[in-house]
Amino acid sequence: MITFCDIHKSFGANRVLCGMTLEVGAGESMVIIGGSGSGKSVSLKCVLGLVTPDKGTITVHGRDAAAGERDAFLAGFGMLFQGGALFDSLSVWQNVAFRLLRGKLKRPREEARGIALKKLRRVGLRPEVADLFPAELSGGMQKRVGLARAIATDPGIIFFDEPTAGLDPIMSGVINGLIREIVVETGATAITITHDMLSVRAIADKVAMLHDGKVQWTGPVADMDSSGDPYLDQFVNARATGPIRAVR
Amino acid sequence: MMTWLPAFLASVGRAVLGPCAAVGRVTLFAARVLSHLPRPPFYFREFGRQLLQIGYFSLPVVGLTALFTGGALALQIYSGGARFNAEAVVPTVVAIAMVRELGPVLGGLMVAGRVSSSIAAEIGTMRVTEQIDALTTLSTNPLKYLVVPRIAAATVAMPVLAFIGDVIGIMGGFLVGTRRLGFNGATYINNTWDFLEFGDVTSGLVKAATFGFILALMGCYHGYHSGRGAQGVGQATTRAVVSASVLILASNYVLTELFFTS
Ligand SMILES: Nc1ncnc2c1ncn2[C@@H]1O[C@H](COP(=O)(O)OP(=O)(O)O)[C@@H](O)[C@H]1O
Ligand SMILES: [Mg+2]
Repeated sequence: MITFCDIHKSFGANRVLCGMTLEVGAGESMVIIGGSGSGKSVSLKCVLGLVTPDKGTITVHGRDAAAGERDAFLAGFGMLFQGGALFDSLSVWQNVAFRLLRGKLKRPREEARGIALKKLRRVGLRPEVADLFPAELSGGMQKRVGLARAIATDPGIIFFDEPTAGLDPIMSGVINGLIREIVVETGATAITITHDMLSVRAIADKVAMLHDGKVQWTGPVADMDSSGDPYLDQFVNARATGPIRAVR
Repeated sequence: MMTWLPAFLASVGRAVLGPCAAVGRVTLFAARVLSHLPRPPFYFREFGRQLLQIGYFSLPVVGLTALFTGGALALQIYSGGARFNAEAVVPTVVAIAMVRELGPVLGGLMVAGRVSSSIAAEIGTMRVTEQIDALTTLSTNPLKYLVVPRIAAATVAMPVLAFIGDVIGIMGGFLVGTRRLGFNGATYINNTWDFLEFGDVTSGLVKAATFGFILALMGCYHGYHSGRGAQGVGQATTRAVVSASVLILASNYVLTELFFTS
C-alpha cells in the first residue's frame, strides 16, 4: 500500500505539487491522469526518492519512504521510465538483467541471461533481440525492453510512466494488454501514468486525476464517466472548453 | 540620486559569489566521489572499459602531439642555443622540457579535449534521458557506477600516457637532432640520459595524474549536472573542456612552484 500525504514540491517558482494526497491499496492498479506538466512524473519520482518533496510524507506498506535503507527499499520496485531510459552502452539482455548482474541480487551471468530471456519472451520479444543494443530497436520494442527490465526481479510495486506515449494505436493496445496481464499475474501494486484514455480503461482498477498540484478526483474506473466532476469530464471527453485552461 | 549604487554593488556581489559557489559545488562533488572510492561495491568491468576508452584510445593523440612537439623543440633550442654557442644543450633541454612540462601539459590538454568532452556528453545524455534516475531505481549508485570508474581510470591512465609521450617526444627530438641538425646518435642519447634526473620524470608523472583527475572530474561534474535537453548537454560539454583546460594550466603552475622552488 502506498499513501501520499499532503505532498508539496516546487522547482524554483514553478509550483508543481501542492497538497497531493492519494492512497493506493495493495494489489491495486491505480492510473494517474492529468495534463502534461501537471506533475505526474514528479509524484512517482517522489516515491522513489529521485525527487525530495518540500513537504509531506509518502509511506509504502506503512513505512516512511524517505527513511531507512534505500537499496532494500528500491529492490521492491520496478519502474518503466517515460523515455525508456535504457542504458545504451549495454545490450538488451544486460539492460533487462541489470539488477541481477551486480549488487545484492547478483547471480551467475548465465543464470541472469536466462532470466532476462524469459522476461523478454514474456513481453513478446524474440531471443535474437537479446544481443542487440537499445539504439537498434524501434520505439515499441524499447518500451517492451523497459517493461521487461521493470519486472525482471518480480517486484511487488511497479510504476509505468506513460507506457504508450509515442506508439501507434496497435502497439499501444499490445502494451496496455501486457501491463494488465503482468499486474494481474504477479498481483503487484501498480501505478500507471498516462493521458491516453484507452490505456486508462485497459489498465485501471482506480483512477486519480491530478490537476493544479492536487488530486482533483479519484475513484473506481467504472465511476469515471458519471463522476459529475467538471475537470474530469473535460479531460475524459477531450473538450477544449471547460474549467481546465487550454492555453498554458 | 545614488540609485545606481545598490544595483552596482549587487552586480559586483553576483560576479564574486557565482564563481565561489561553483568552486564550492565542484569541491563537494569531488569530496563525495573520493569518499565513494574506497567503499564497495567496486565496478571493475566499468573501470577496465574506461581505462581502454580514456587511456588506450588516447595513445595516438598523445603520441603525435609529443612527436611533433619534441621535433619542434629541438629546432627551436638549436637556433636559440646557437646565439651563445650552446647548440650542444639540445638533447638535455629537449628531454627536461618534455618530461617536466610539455609531456604532461600538452598530453593533458589533448586528452581533456578528447575525454572531458565525451564524458560530459555521455553522462549529460544519461541525465537528460533519465538513465541516471534509472540507475538509482535499480539500486546502483550513479556516482559509484559512472563517476568513480572514469575518474580512477583517468588518474591511472594519464601518467602512463604522459610517460609514453615523454619517450616519443624525446624520440622526436632525437630524429630531428640526428637527421636535420647533425648530432651523433650515440652522443644525443648519452646527453639525454646523463642529465635527466629521476625527479624530473616523477614530477611530470605526478602532474599527469593530477591532470587526469581534473579532466575526468570536470567531464563528470558538468555531465552530471547537465541542464535539460540537447542544449543542456551541449553546454555541459563546452564547460567541461574549457574548465578542464584552464584548471590543468593553473594547477600546472601551482605544482611547478611546489616541485621546483623548494
Ligand atoms: N528536475 C526538474 N527540475 C526542474 N523542473 C522540473 C524537474 N522535473 C520536472 N520539472 C517541472 O515540473 C513540472 C511537472 O513535470 P512532470 O512531472 O514531468 O510532468 P508530467 O505530468 O507531464 O509527467 C514541469 O513543469 C517540469 O518542467
Ligand atoms: Mg511525465
